[in-house]
Amino acid sequence: MAIKGAIVVDKEKCKGCGVCASVCPKQVIALSKNVNGKGYNYAEMVNGDCIGCASCGMVCPDGVITVYKAKV
Amino acid sequence: MFNEEIVKPENLVYKKTSVLTDAVMHYCPGCPHGTIHRIIAEVIDEMGIQDKTIGIAPVGCSVLAYNYFNVDFVEAAHGRAPALASAIQRLHPEHHTFTYQGDGDLAAIGTAETIHACNRGENIIIFFVNNAIYGMTGGQMAPTTLVGMKSATTPYGRRVDLNGWPLQITELVAQLPGTNFVTRQSASTPADVRKAKAAVRKAFENQAAKKGTQFVEFVSTCNSGWKMTPVAANEWMRQNMFPKYVLGDIKVEGEIVREYNPADSKVIRDLVSVK
Ligand SMILES: Cc1ncc(C[n+]2csc(CCOP(=O)(O)OP(=O)(O)O)c2C)c(N)n1
Ligand code: SF4
Ligand code: SF4
Ligand code: SF4
Ligand SMILES: [Mg+2]
Repeated sequence: MAIKGAIVVDKEKCKGCGVCASVCPKQVIALSKNVNGKGYNYAEMVNGDCIGCASCGMVCPDGVITVYKAKV
Repeated sequence: MFNEEIVKPENLVYKKTSVLTDAVMHYCPGCPHGTIHRIIAEVIDEMGIQDKTIGIAPVGCSVLAYNYFNVDFVEAAHGRAPALASAIQRLHPEHHTFTYQGDGDLAAIGTAETIHACNRGENIIIFFVNNAIYGMTGGQMAPTTLVGMKSATTPYGRRVDLNGWPLQITELVAQLPGTNFVTRQSASTPADVRKAKAAVRKAFENQAAKKGTQFVEFVSTCNSGWKMTPVAANEWMRQNMFPKYVLGDIKVEGEIVREYNPADSKVIRDLVSVK
């Protein structure tokens, strides 16, 4: 059995600060090439290595990350 | 998106607490005010005290904090939050009154209110966000600006002969008999967020037990004022702020647990310039 995680970023509220990406132990997050309605390059998952540790959620100043975790 | 199949309510492990509103915060991208708000709000949520908590907003970037917390809030005149909190907590002794203040608000214009509320041992919680600068007004020097640190009003770096020493207000209030719990925390890494949350919870619990003034500093950044990216500002804080503003408990259950030697602060550190 393995642990699988996923994050959902509220794209429109993300400010593209990059703090989440800087603490992710699995380098799952990067800022998108695309921008949201305010012109920010929002955070997104770039691979499936997420372990659902919620580190990103804990440091996101804007509280826009929701984290999921499951045993698969 | 990746791993979409596990995005289901039963697999939820972390989401924003409902003690924060859904309003988009006006803070700059990466500003720790948002993270610190959430730490406090999560503790209020976990302790189930939302309906008996009253916050006091300062003047400073967090002047609009009342828009983000789903609890009762009052806006204080600049620096006067501890005086207002004293009155509110005395009138509502079973409630949880906390102030939320920046270094300009708490350690410059509000120094008298801070010191006297702590000295009276008011049963309030003071949350102190030290980003070593006046963020809101454009990055002027604050009492807590480091020696050598550049700001709008110290463009060549803070000089002791001209601007005096950084004010160690947290160590100072620890000396007063009214303070019960005095601690210095931060919120840039998951580990620091966990520790800060434990400290915030302790402050609320001590307040419920009517132990006197609870003082929780958060060493913070102002990436806009420091003219750095949010991630670089966090790194700069760890490199330059933490040696001066040392994290950890200073006073616990009314006893000093970490002595402070003023001679330590006379060491003028070579700061990397704030570009
Ligand atoms: C009586 C009064 N004096 C001065 C000001 C201008 N002023 C607004 S915010 C501020 C300082 C803010 O710095 P700080 O408390 O560190 O908060 P930050 O924005 O850094 O979070 C000052 C001097 C004011 N609004 N009212
Ligand atoms: S920390 Fe939050 S606001 Fe900043 S980039 Fe990540 S998701 Fe966006
Ligand atoms: S939950 Fe953990 S592993 Fe997944 S993206 Fe966030 S920090 Fe990275
Ligand atoms: S000016 Fe500084 S303290 Fe104010 S919101 Fe921006 S980063 Fe935060
Ligand atoms: Mg400040």
